[in-house]
This record gives sequence, C-alpha cells and structure tokens, in this order.
Amino acid sequence: MINQNSQTILNVKNLHANTDGTEILKGINLTVKSGEIHAIMGLNGSGKSTFAKVLAGHPDYTVTQGNVQFEQQDLLAMNSEERAQAGIFLAFQYPIEIPGVANNQFLRLAYNTVQSKRGNEELDPLEFDDFVREKMKLLEMNPDFLDRSVNEGFSGGEKKRNEILQMALLEPKLGILDETDSGLDIDALKIVAKGVNHLSNKDNAMIMITHYQRLLDHIVPDYVHVMESGRIIKTGGKELALELEKHGYDWLHSHQQNNAGVSA
Amino acid sequence: MSAVLQNLVNQPYKHGFVTDIESEVAPKGLSEETIHLISAKKNEPEWLLDFRLRAYQKWLTMSEPDWQNVHYPKIDFQSISYYAAPKPKEKLSSMDEVDPELIRTFEKLGVPMHERAALAGVAVDVVFDSVSVATTYKEKLAEVGIIFCSISEAVQKHPELIKQYLGTVVPVGDNFFAALNSAVFTDGSFCYIPKGVKCPMDLSTYFRINTEGSGQFERTLVIAEEGASVSYLEGCTAPQFDTNQLHAAVVELIALDNADIKYSTVQNWYAGDENGIGGIYNFVTKRGLAKGVNSRISWTQVETGSAITWKYPSCILRGDNSVGEFYSVAVTNHLQQADTGTKMIHLGKNTRSTIVSKGISAGRSNSSYRGLVRINPTADNARNFSQCDSMLVGDQSGAHTFPYIQVRNNSAKVEHEASTSKIGEDQLFYFAQRGIDAEEAVSMIVNGFCKEVFQQLPMEFAVEATKLLSFKLEGSVG
Repeated sequence: MINQNSQTILNVKNLHANTDGTEILKGINLTVKSGEIHAIMGLNGSGKSTFAKVLAGHPDYTVTQGNVQFEQQDLLAMNSEERAQAGIFLAFQYPIEIPGVANNQFLRLAYNTVQSKRGNEELDPLEFDDFVREKMKLLEMNPDFLDRSVNEGFSGGEKKRNEILQMALLEPKLGILDETDSGLDIDALKIVAKGVNHLSNKDNAMIMITHYQRLLDHIVPDYVHVMESGRIIKTGGKELALELEKHGYDWLHSHQQNNAGVSA
Repeated sequence: MSAVLQNLVNQPYKHGFVTDIESEVAPKGLSEETIHLISAKKNEPEWLLDFRLRAYQKWLTMSEPDWQNVHYPKIDFQSISYYAAPKPKEKLSSMDEVDPELIRTFEKLGVPMHERAALAGVAVDVVFDSVSVATTYKEKLAEVGIIFCSISEAVQKHPELIKQYLGTVVPVGDNFFAALNSAVFTDGSFCYIPKGVKCPMDLSTYFRINTEGSGQFERTLVIAEEGASVSYLEGCTAPQFDTNQLHAAVVELIALDNADIKYSTVQNWYAGDENGIGGIYNFVTKRGLAKGVNSRISWTQVETGSAITWKYPSCILRGDNSVGEFYSVAVTNHLQQADTGTKMIHLGKNTRSTIVSKGISAGRSNSSYRGLVRINPTADNARNFSQCDSMLVGDQSGAHTFPYIQVRNNSAKVEHEASTSKIGEDQLFYFAQRGIDAEEAVSMIVNGFCKEVFQQLPMEFAVEATKLLSFKLEGSVG
C-alpha cells in the first residue's frame, strides 16, 4: 500500500553490473518505500534475477557504476551476510540443497545470527522449536520437514514455502522474491501468496520478480516495472501487468514507438 | 641425505631446555647397537631384545611402501634419533616455553593441554616423546583387576601377558613401518581387562611428540578377556617445527569371546604450515583381532593433523558372529595428504563389518580412502556394508577412493556406496543471504557431513572433534 508517511527503504541510482565481463545491468533506477509492493516483469534475460542477486550481494557480479542506498546505508559497501543482517532477504528462484544439515539447525542459526546482529535475544533450541512451528502453520507445512536436510529432496512447492518461512523468521525490511511462483501449482501458489501478504506491512517492502500475472492476482502490487536489456523501460500501476498479460511484451514496444511518434 | 629430514637430528630444542634433553637423546641412526641401547635403557628381558632384533633383521630386508597415493621425499632412517626421553619435570614445566602459536592454537581449540590430562572420569596415560610420564586412576582400576599402565612398566610387571600377546596381531614383519616400530618402539600404553569386567571409565592415552629431531614409535596393546569391554581414547598433538617428524606407531587389540573393544582417535599432529613446510609423517599400523565368538572391535578416528597420514585401522574377524566397525573422518587442508581406510578380514561365520568413511579435502590437499573387504571361504554368511563419502572444499583439492573387495564365499553380502560432494559458492551464498558467514557455513555443512562418525565418539571427544574441524577449515574458503 502507498501511504504518505512512508520512508524510503531502497534507492537505486544508475546501477550497472557485469559478470564475466558482460554487462547485464545497464543503469537501473528504482525507489522503494515502506509499505509498498513492487513487481518487476520482463522477458528472460532482461536482467531481473541479476538485479535481485546484485541487491543481495552475490559474488559473481561486479557493480561498475551507480549506487544503492538501503535504509540510509551504502548497500554496496556491505558483504552479503551484512546485507541479510541489515534486512535484505532474497527468496531464491532455485533454493540450494544442503545435505546433512537439518532444516531446524539451519533456520535457528540463521535466526539467531540475524537477531544477535540486530541486538535482539537469541532463542535456545526449545524456544525456537515453538517459535518456528507457529510460523510453519501459516504456510501449512508438515512439522517433519524440520528434521529433513535443508531443501534436500523437497518438491518445488516445499522449497518455495521454505523460502517464505525463512522470510517469516528473519523479518526483513525488504523481501525480494525471485520467481517465487515458478514451479508452483495453484494451491501452493495460494499458500505462498497468503504467507507473503501476511508478512507484508506498513514498515517493510517487497519486490516480486515474476513472468506471470497470476501471482499478482494474489499479491497485488502497487507498482509494476518492466525490465528490458538491463534497464527498467516502463513503470505503471497494477493494471500494467494486466495489459502485458493481454498483449505481450511486443505490445510495449509498438506502444512505446507510437508514443514516441506522437510526442515527436 | 634427505633434505627434509636431515635437520631432524639432535638440533638444540628451540625453547630452552637443551641440555637436559640432550643427555637423554640417543645418537642418530639405526643399528643393532641402537636397539641394544634402547633395550638396555628400558632394562628389558632377553626375549624382548630378541623380538626387537628379529624385527630389525626383517626390516633390513624390506623396502618402504610406495603404493600409497602420497608423495614425499625419501626418508633417511639413519638421520633420525630413535630414543628421546626428556625428564618429566622439565617437560611439564616447559609448557610455558612452547611456541606461543601452539598455546594459542590450543586456547582457540578450547583444549588447554593441562586440562586434557585432567578430564574428569577418564583415566589417562601420557606419553611424551619416547616415554610414558603419567598414568592416572591406576589404583582405582586395579581394584577391578584392570591393568592400565605404560607398556614399559607392563614389560617389567606383567611380562607373561606381553610375551603372550605382543606381535600376535601385527607380526614383526607385517610391513615396513610396523617392522621398524617393532625394532625400536620406546613406549606406549598397555591395557588388560580381565574376564567379565566392563571397564568403569574411558581409558585414554595422550601422545605428544615434543622433541624436535626424534621420531615417535609407540606401541599400544589392548587385551579384553572373555566378556570384557573397554572404550579407549587416543589423542595426539605435536608442536610446530619446520622439519618433518616421523611417527610410526603400532596398535594391537585383542578381543576374546564376547569381548568388546572400542578404540577412538582424535589425531591432531602438527600438519605443516600453509606451504607444506614441516609436519608429522603419521605412518601407523593399527589392527584388532576379534578372536572370540561374538566379539567386537570398533575403530573411530578423526584425522585432522599430520603432513601425511598413512593408516588403515583393521579388523580380523576370526570368531564366529564377530563384528568389526570403522568410522572415519579425515580432513586435509593446505598441502596435507591422507591415504587412510581400513581392512576387514572375514574369517568366522556370520561375521559382520561396517565401514563409514568421510573424507574432506580443502586447500590444495589430497585425501584418499583405501579399503579392503575380504571374505574368506570359511566366512559363511558374512556381511559388509561400506560407505565412502568425499567432500571437496574449493576447487584445488582432490578426493580419491580405492575400494578393494575380495569375496571367496558365495553366501557373502557386500555393499559399497560412495559419493562425492562439493561445498560450492552457491551453498555459501545461500547461507550468507541468511546472515551466516562462510566459516560458520562450512562448519555446519562439514559437521552435518560427519554426523554419523561423530555420533560414535564418546561425548567429550565428539565436542572436541567438532571444534577441531571448524578450526581446521578456518580460512579454507573465500
């Protein structure tokens, strides 16, 4: 929701980034305020996921130009764990499997690390167990998943729910959901969307990266951005996603060209 | 003369107590005279001197093994001193003078050396260089008939037991390093659990190589009579020297009917620095004989130290229904090399063996699992399960598996599973994105990987092993 008293959480200016010498992001500008939900859409290869990874500090990408302010801090000066501790959360498109590490151990270590960095109380294993089980109800997760290895042998839906569970535990200022809807059936999608809506409030913000309108039926964005070739080429309200759904990305080009023609 | 080992001899010890040590260090080199000297120093009976000389004669005919997957310059055995016995008093007070890096290392491990020996409820035999300096809880154990002392003392006080069992599991000519050990072993631990006695506490030997320029050749003998059981722990450390030191131990275990021996090792010899300078050559022969029916020999090892590790704790399953187990974690970092595994020799009927091996290689290190499972014609219905998992940290390390399976009985069931995994950048980024730094992530992944082995360790050893591993792999990523 957009409100008058909201604070700027994220301010991206002219962000350029490359990997292996290839420039992927070519000047992104984006401002996200508290209480807002942003959707980023665009074709494969337009740089959406790279943008998410660069914000989270993935070591494969090098920022070559621009700056990013996160809650009045210089985000680009922080390493990835510091960003997570400061409140950036990335729900992975492909959550990583970690054999041999039990989910409850992993979740508790993540939770306690982040809590202690933020100056809050850590939880002992018993307290944490109660706490995490409560959060799991929101996502309708089976308790036996706590004892399984992190993401190992999880179905696509279980992995995505696990991502949202982690977001619920870590209570980020900015949640970045990278194609969280991919690989989900409609029931799982509804559960995940319910979780995200529950976590979204006036103090935090979400960026959702998606190809499809169907996620936006369940999590309604305040802004929709379209990325192409490493830039945001169009920004609109939620109705922009509907237009794209109806006409496809090509429409955007002809539409833009027409606009250009008119203004000329 | 070997460039690596040539400085190994009689150098003044760096930290101050040169004179006292020198008076107790045998001249470098190995000959019949050296053996006579060691035997005389220890006031040994004639038969033991014969045992040594037989081993020496055998050793002269043997050549150093070269089949293992490790590489090092040829050892000059004439440049090693085979006996070093600093006086106990000086050794203990000398802790303050040991390289501060080592003290810091132990503080960081949470395992101060003084506390090691004082672990509550564990009887400890401390072997410093060539001699045993202290054995705790001796009297208390004697009340139930358990003999726990240094092997030198056992030779004097219980010669009949030593004569009966020494060299019966690892014969004098078993292999090059075992023959060398049999010729020159200086001390070690002896443990005898009488019929029907369950040892009321864990027994522990703490080995420490302290003198630069000496090899360590200790000998351990554990005997569990019918229905007896014992849990034995072994810890090893050595200070940091730029030269390589040779450690060639022999451990023999004998379990009679229904007896049970559990032998756990946490090996943390100095591994050399990040450029592979210095460190211990750990060439060890460990073997258990499950002699009686329903007997059990169980090895658990956590190998984190040494420049080179060459050891295969093995079980000979002679008694019907006997059980052999081998649980191993071997961690190598920097330029360390490990070639380790086990041998399970099935002779009796319904014998069972389990092998769980976890190898972790970081830095530019190489780790090999080498294991033999042999089912002899007499071993009806024998079973073996082997699992060998390797984990690579970074992209410059190597992991190798060499399983040998020889089945000569159709009723046998032998299973072998193997896997290789890698701690990759994506896993570490996943942890980082949840606020967890790389060191902690590696520690968690590695401890998860080793869980099945750590569960086999007695509590305090498990805690130590976990810490040791985290410490060991510090700085191995990123």
